[in-house]
Amino acid sequence: MKCQQCEKPATFHITELTGEKPHELHLCEQCAQSYLTQNPSGGMPIQPSLAGMLHHQLKVADTAKELAKLDEQVCPICGISFYEFRNQGRLGCPHDYTCFGSELDPLIVNIHGDTQHSGKHPKHHHQSSQDQTRLIQLHNDMKAAIEKEDYERASQIRDEIRKIEEGES
Amino acid sequence: MRGSGPESDIVISSRIRLARNLAEFPFIRRCTPQDRKSIEKMVHDRLQAIPGFNTLYYLRVDELPHVDRQFLTERQLISREHAEAEGARSVAIDNDERLSVMINEEDHLRIQVMKSGLDLHSAWQQINEVDDQLESKLSYAFHERLGYLTACPTNVGTGMRVSVMLHLPALVITNQIEKVFRSLQKINLAVRGLYGEGSQAMGDFYQISNQITLGKSEEELIGQVSGVVPMIIEYERKARDFLITQNREDLHDKISRAYGILCTAQTISSEETMHLLSSVRMGVNLGLIDDLAISDINKLFVETQPAHLQKLRGNELDTAGRNIERALYLRRYLQDRGKEHRDERN
Ligand SMILES: [Zn+2]
Ligand SMILES: [Zn+2]
Repeated sequence: MKCQQCEKPATFHITELTGEKPHELHLCEQCAQSYLTQNPSGGMPIQPSLAGMLHHQLKVADTAKELAKLDEQVCPICGISFYEFRNQGRLGCPHDYTCFGSELDPLIVNIHGDTQHSGKHPKHHHQSSQDQTRLIQLHNDMKAAIEKEDYERASQIRDEIRKIEEGES
Repeated sequence: MRGSGPESDIVISSRIRLARNLAEFPFIRRCTPQDRKSIEKMVHDRLQAIPGFNTLYYLRVDELPHVDRQFLTERQLISREHAEAEGARSVAIDNDERLSVMINEEDHLRIQVMKSGLDLHSAWQQINEVDDQLESKLSYAFHERLGYLTACPTNVGTGMRVSVMLHLPALVITNQIEKVFRSLQKINLAVRGLYGEGSQAMGDFYQISNQITLGKSEEELIGQVSGVVPMIIEYERKARDFLITQNREDLHDKISRAYGILCTAQTISSEETMHLLSSVRMGVNLGLIDDLAISDINKLFVETQPAHLQKLRGNELDTAGRNIERALYLRRYLQDRGKEHRDERN
């Protein structure tokens, strides 16, 4: 039997028990090492089910036309499209949780059975989500200003970033 | 792992990981190479400014040779993704290799604390403190309702993954392991097992971890995992008692043969090594092998992995070369250890 990840013979046979039923993987020594040493949260077993969940959710909720429109939706802060998220299973920036909120919330309920955090909170520098979005924007602006060698503008932006970070805004 | 700590005959290690992101940058996937460099530098600088953190080993993973990255992976200090990713990224590790902070992994920060044996509460104490200290110097992406924001929605909320690695050979031999898994899945815990050829369990190691990260507090999530572990330990102990009372000769034979192969093999794969070490490990626990300690076996599991063997040898080895090196290492180690034990007794 060949390794599922490369051409070498499979010597490791792993059974994942995270899903509904056992899921078998056949890997060579190297691919098995890499598979087993990744963090428990790590991609492989979770990603397909994440994509699967989204797929299922979207099929129920939307017509093909609506889905196409949804896929074109782009985060104004980081530029990731919903289509890219659906494909890669990873978000582009914290603001995505807000701008894709109506699609993400049902997915989050599916995964966690809840949409309300009840664990610890940061004690220090705690800004609102809005301020945090603003921070990413300011950082982008600053990069642009530096590229244009507009250092006066860059230092204004830096002050503004500092203000938000120190909670004075 | 040292083979010490509570229940270390059955529990190999306890691990807690927190995923954190900085508020002012996009998540890793949308970072420019420049962003990654800025994050890497910023976190490094701020780590240095925390009292007690300036003694951490700080390694630029992207600048390390491949074998060193693999070595860190084998010691569970970085993830495979982190070893193989592109762009600026690093890891900070403490002296005793219990704490590691990966920078620019899937999230900007992946903080991890690992303890020998069943010790989730002290792992939580330590990681919570580290998190507080980092957060006094960095602003985390945090949402009023959703908690800590992560690149993957499966980690949002606490960003916490709690896992316990268990050695369950007797439950495997007595065919009770499936039953244990089914009951764990019902309470939303993930079990990951490693199987050998056919359905023969390999190494007999299983990792139990939380699947949910949102809606429950960190303490509740830890409680969920640490609550079931004593039950599994008890099942495993009962299964061992059963084996030793019902079938002592067969069990002793199986374990002695495993030990014999490890002491004499001239070439051996990592799969076979894990399988045999698992038997010997149980033999030590049951007092059927008395010239080895659990810490020896745990050490051998780590040090017979490919990058460890290549570092030991000082040059690159292909699979065949590693199998020979592995057998040599095992023979030498077990001979020396056995001799020390005999000397101690005389
Ligand atoms: Zn492979
Ligand atoms: Zn975004």
